[in-house]
This record gives sequence, structure tokens and C-alpha cells, in this order.
Amino acid sequence: MTLAEGVQVVSFAVLALTMVGAALGVVLLSNIVYSAFLLGGVFISMAGLYLLLNADFVATAQVLIYVGAVNVLILFAIMLVNKRQDFVPIPQSWIRKGATGLVCVGLFALLSTMVLVTPWGLSSQVAAGDQSIITIGLHFFSDFLLPFELASVLLLMALIGAVILARREFIPEGAVSELKQPVLMLPERPRELVEASGREVSSPGSDRRS
Amino acid sequence: MQLQYFLILAALLFCIGIYGLITSRNAVRVLMSIELMLNAVNLNLMAFSNYLDPKDIKGQVFTVFVIAVAAAEAAVGLAIILTIYRNRDTVDMEQFNLLKW
Repeated sequence: MTLAEGVQVVSFAVLALTMVGAALGVVLLSNIVYSAFLLGGVFISMAGLYLLLNADFVATAQVLIYVGAVNVLILFAIMLVNKRQDFVPIPQSWIRKGATGLVCVGLFALLSTMVLVTPWGLSSQVAAGDQSIITIGLHFFSDFLLPFELASVLLLMALIGAVILARREFIPEGAVSELKQPVLMLPERPRELVEASGREVSSPGSDRRS
Repeated sequence: MQLQYFLILAALLFCIGIYGLITSRNAVRVLMSIELMLNAVNLNLMAFSNYLDPKDIKGQVFTVFVIAVAAAEAAVGLAIILTIYRNRDTVDMEQFNLLKW
């Protein structure tokens, strides 16, 4: 084993341990903010693994898109729905967890057996390496042109759809007035009645007057 | 370095993602588990691209497409979760039975 291979093996081990530990933290920790930050750790370790696989452009894209966009988006969603609630415990939830763990371990055993048994037809060509970004660009604009354009259309659709879904005005008017949250009122100021531009306000004050 | 290491690591990550997807009750955590599974698929594609097709790296092109689709999925999924949270006032997956009965 040469020095370069040793460095590769050691960095692979470190990255793999970091990634698996962070992924387990994402799934198992009870505080979801910790989970979100550990998810960023998973993404960064994944970018390191991409570098080990001679793919610098995809590693950069992984850091930019996943850590910079998706993880920040998830953090914003956690802040927006940050409701400290304890979920009602459902009976026999350990059966669900146990069964799921069993299925996952079985699936992992199946996949690893498949990976180890299959004779892979390894190629002996020299890896693209530094030429990878040029090759990816050539693919994008020659034989993957249609998926490339469709991806842009998909991103546009997702952008508009997310904006329309998350807009508050999209809720119909009746539903809004039904769930009038007390959070929206100003708690300090006593809610006394101001005759707002001559319009009748339905309030206790109007009852008193009548 | 061998191809099998990366494939086994991707399988492990995928299984962790499935476990989180099924057992977690917070809807945001379900989305995070989906991201984990998509990353496992990406790692598979990249490993195959490096070891089986190193000259004509089509696996990396596919990975870029998967990353784009995952970003779109995360945006729409989080918007849906925000809307459900506004209507239902909870993020508990056990109470999302809008389309169930």
C-alpha cells in the first residue's frame, strides 16, 4: 500500500464515521435543531467522499446546494413551525420501531451481500479528474440537453409552487376569521374601541351603546 | 480503495434514512430523512461513475440532476408542511390524516 492509498483509506474511514454518526444523530436525537445541524455535517462529509471519488465539481455543488440552500431552508422551516409540543405517545410504538429497525437491518444485510457477491466490471481507464467539469458541460449541452432544460423548468415550477403554497393569503377568508389567534393581538394595550372611519365595529362597546 | 466500501456506506445511509422516514413523528424530520436517502442514491451514482465509467462520467451528470430535483422537492415539501401547520396547528405525522379516510 503506497502512501497515497493509505491517506485515501484513512480519510475515507474518517468521513464515513462522521457521516454515519451524524446521520444516526439526525434520525435519533429528540431535539430537531440538533438534527438539522447534524444534517449539515452529513452533507459536508458527503462532499468529502465525492472528492475522494475524483468529482470536484459535484462536491462543490453539493456544498453549495445542500449545505447552503437545503439545510438553511430546513432551518428556516424549523424556526417557522417551532412549536414546543410533546407528541401524544401512541400505544405500542415500540412494535413499530422494532419492526422498522428489523426491516432496515435486513435490507442492509441484503444490500451488502449483493454488493459483496456481485462481480463488478471495473474499468481500468484513467479517471477524468480535472477534466470532469468540462466533460459534464459537454454532456449537459449535447446528449443531456433535454433533461437539462427540463430541470430548469422543474425548478421554476417548484419555485412558483412553493411561493403559492406558503403564501398566507391563499387560505380562504372564512378559515382565517375562524382561527383568530390571540397571538396576533397586542397584549399590552387594552383593546378599547376606536370608531374606525365611521364603520360599525362589532365589539362589546357597540352592545353597550345599544 | 474499492467500490464495495462506497456501496456499503451508501446502503447503510439509505437504511438509516428509511428508519428515520418511518419512525419519526415530526414532519420536518421526515423531510430530512428523505434528504438522507437521496444522498445515499447520489453516493451510489458517484461510486459507479468513478469505478465503472471513469472517462465518460455520466454518473456525475445524473448526480447533478438528482441534486436539482432534491432542492425542488425540499422547497415544495417545506411549503406543504408550513401550510399543514397553519391549518392543523401541529407537525405531528400521526395527526395528518387529511387524505386517509
